[in-house]
Amino acid sequence: MIQMTVNGQASSLNADPAMPLLWALREDLQLTGTKFGCGIALCGACTVHVDGQAVRSCATPLADAAGKKVITIEAVGKGRVGKAVQAAWAKVDVPQCGYCQSGQIMSAVALLSVKKNPSDADIDAAMSGNLCRCGTYNQIRAAIQDAARNLSKGA
Amino acid sequence: MTASILHPAPSRRDFLKAGGATGAALVVSFALPLGTPRVLAATAQGAFAPNAFLRITPDNRVTVVCGSSEMGQGVLTAIPMLVAEELDADWKLVRVEQAPSDTAFNNPVFGMQATGGSTTIRAFYTPMRQAGAAAREMLVAAAAQQWGVPAASLKTSASHVIGPKGKRLSYGQLVEAAAKEPVPKDPTLKKNADFKIIGQRTRRLDTPGKLNGSTLFGIDAQVPGMLVAVMARAPVHGAKPLKFDEAAARAVKGVQAVIAIPGGVAVLAGGYYAARQGRDALKVQWDLGAHADLSSAKIKQALNAAADAAGAVAKTSGDTDAALSAAATRLSATYEVPYLAHATMEPLNCLAWVKDGGVEIWAGTQSQGPAAGIIANVAGVPVANVKVNTMMLGGGFGRRFAPDFMIDATLLSKISGKPVKLIYTREDDMAAGFYRPASLVKFEGGLDAKGQPTALKARVASPSIMAGSGFMKIPDNGVDSFAVEGLADQPYGIANQHVAYGRAEPGPQVWFWRSVGHSQNAFFIESFIDEMAAAAKADPYQFRAKLLKDQPRELGVLKAAAQKAGWGKPLPKGRYRGIAVAESFGSFVAQVAEVSVAKDGTPRVHRVVAAVDCGLTVNPLTIERQVESAIVYGLSAALYGQISYKDGVVEQGNFHNYPVLRISEMPKVEVHILPSQEAPGGMGEPGTPPIAPAVCNAIFAATGVRVRSLPIDTRALTKA
Repeated sequence: MIQMTVNGQASSLNADPAMPLLWALREDLQLTGTKFGCGIALCGACTVHVDGQAVRSCATPLADAAGKKVITIEAVGKGRVGKAVQAAWAKVDVPQCGYCQSGQIMSAVALLSVKKNPSDADIDAAMSGNLCRCGTYNQIRAAIQDAARNLSKGA
Repeated sequence: MTASILHPAPSRRDFLKAGGATGAALVVSFALPLGTPRVLAATAQGAFAPNAFLRITPDNRVTVVCGSSEMGQGVLTAIPMLVAEELDADWKLVRVEQAPSDTAFNNPVFGMQATGGSTTIRAFYTPMRQAGAAAREMLVAAAAQQWGVPAASLKTSASHVIGPKGKRLSYGQLVEAAAKEPVPKDPTLKKNADFKIIGQRTRRLDTPGKLNGSTLFGIDAQVPGMLVAVMARAPVHGAKPLKFDEAAARAVKGVQAVIAIPGGVAVLAGGYYAARQGRDALKVQWDLGAHADLSSAKIKQALNAAADAAGAVAKTSGDTDAALSAAATRLSATYEVPYLAHATMEPLNCLAWVKDGGVEIWAGTQSQGPAAGIIANVAGVPVANVKVNTMMLGGGFGRRFAPDFMIDATLLSKISGKPVKLIYTREDDMAAGFYRPASLVKFEGGLDAKGQPTALKARVASPSIMAGSGFMKIPDNGVDSFAVEGLADQPYGIANQHVAYGRAEPGPQVWFWRSVGHSQNAFFIESFIDEMAAAAKADPYQFRAKLLKDQPRELGVLKAAAQKAGWGKPLPKGRYRGIAVAESFGSFVAQVAEVSVAKDGTPRVHRVVAAVDCGLTVNPLTIERQVESAIVYGLSAALYGQISYKDGVVEQGNFHNYPVLRISEMPKVEVHILPSQEAPGGMGEPGTPPIAPAVCNAIFAATGVRVRSLPIDTRALTKA
């Protein structure tokens, strides 16, 4: 049994410790907001937070999340930064097909949690692992900057 | 609103079945299935639903039912905007839901329920407005009767009927009475000048669910008892499994079945991870078939030979050979592009459940209408017993128009007797075929002594999408129109033109890819025109403008793009501009790209200025975003996109060797929409064609090197 906290709730999973965290979230815990894109940490669609760090859940063995706190897109809006990021995403109306956006938002929240006023280079560094085939990158950048402004106002 | 895609309640489906026949007959004449309100009123529980496309409930909410698939292009917002405009609905009270598969939702352009070819707005612009207008007239008639005044004396605004002396009734209050009114056959539509919703920048109705993980894509579909399947697909196109080690796969904990079908060998398990492990444990021996030694060199050889032999005439005017002989300056050039995968963010997947003489499908599909018939054949059930639930699409770009993944899921469910969700690995998705055709063109051009083009000859070779599609065929003249679109109808005024097509079929299955033939043909013609401009020692923009004097819409966007980009004005050191223009899907787009080329040959696109004439606009916000999106899609292809073959095997498998643009490479994009009263054009695709030539023409300006094949070979651009 692997114990971890997922979105604030204690979870016990009877699963192969080598199984990627992605599939435990999607199939065992029914948290389907986290997406499968490439399976080898190249596209970022599966990004979640483990103890506050953005990780690619498709390449994170379940064992590595044991005893840790996992936050997914379904609950990231409960946090102050997550709420601000989702609000900025709505204001800019970022998504097109939307499939990558869970991962984009998780990466953006992780960035803004450590950098209050990220530069363009900071955004490039934090977000370059998240692909978007619809090409919403300029809107993603604008939304991150908007969320940063609102977070510093509210602080 | 509920943005999530949920499959519709059975009662609604039953109604639509009843109304479907009427719909199919009327759709052919671009009209609506308006003759069935009683049936719907009886089944929709207190709602007023004068047609299949909308219903109004006593709480004054309007629900628009969208039969087109949402893959990012914004139909779940644009279709409701069209209905709401003529209904005079309060936009805040409008929600949208995905329609079931039913002929009532046939796309009038296709005659089937399907989404592609940038047709949704063009096909539904009038029918959806008629749907809204019909409902509005019925609500007004109901209010008129209630107040005892003539209907003509009443107005509507923000989901209310407004009467004399400040009387007001909400649409919600009128639903019961309106449902008893006759459905107007020919409702009056608004004048364009009276639009309040059409033409307004409008945020998407499907955004909220895409921000919190609640939107359900195909891959998120599930039913109790479902198995997940991962397939070992043929490594070589056309290969068939001979033998495989089923025991090794079955030894993986969780694996429940191993099933061979024509497309490969599938491992079925309780979840993806076990199925994937089981698939990896299969040691499949393949009969490699006819394409075992396919290589990119052989593909190029086949295209070259087909171009030389190109005999199907797509266009001929004047005497091109004579004009070439007489030309003061002659140029010739060969251009080529490779096969391309769509690489949608969401790998292909489908949940199929064959049971009780029917099939239920949950899939992100662009072709639920025709797919239903195909699935019925595969499962051996009547098409009436096939239900396709259209889920949100994690990208489509044409790939999800193909039925292959739905066929395989259906077979696996039929054989296993269980509901089966088939999920392609990224590698399978990449190697599965259905590619943008590789294409090669041999150009010859002639200019007179003044530098005026007098002759253009193009011999184009590519595999045929029409022949490979399964639902079209090459017409008697032998020309696959997709292979020559944008070339045979190129807009420049050149007196002598000859365009011929030669079909080459190296093997891989080809398919529609965002902007189809335009995706390569705009690169071809807009690069060669640039070569002609250089040969004439003319400015590439002025050269084009002169040749487009009789093409006002191309000229309009060309001028606007040049002006907004500051064409001719100084740029920061090391940056150069390139320009291109193309019409596709009824819309006109010109782009100016600002590019620098590093010492190691790496091009960097800093800024793209696009000018668009797409006729009347429905949602300018979506148009801007679609142009930007199409630019990114085309730029990824120009810089990196390539499906290559070695020993019959696709050499690409994931994003490390099929790279796509990342945020750090994203140019600034400006989109300028020109005001127009022309009929609406498509907007999902037309932003793609001009980007590759605009960038490559800028590279020529920067380096003097003419890029004649894609993806761009940076080694050729290295500065000595």
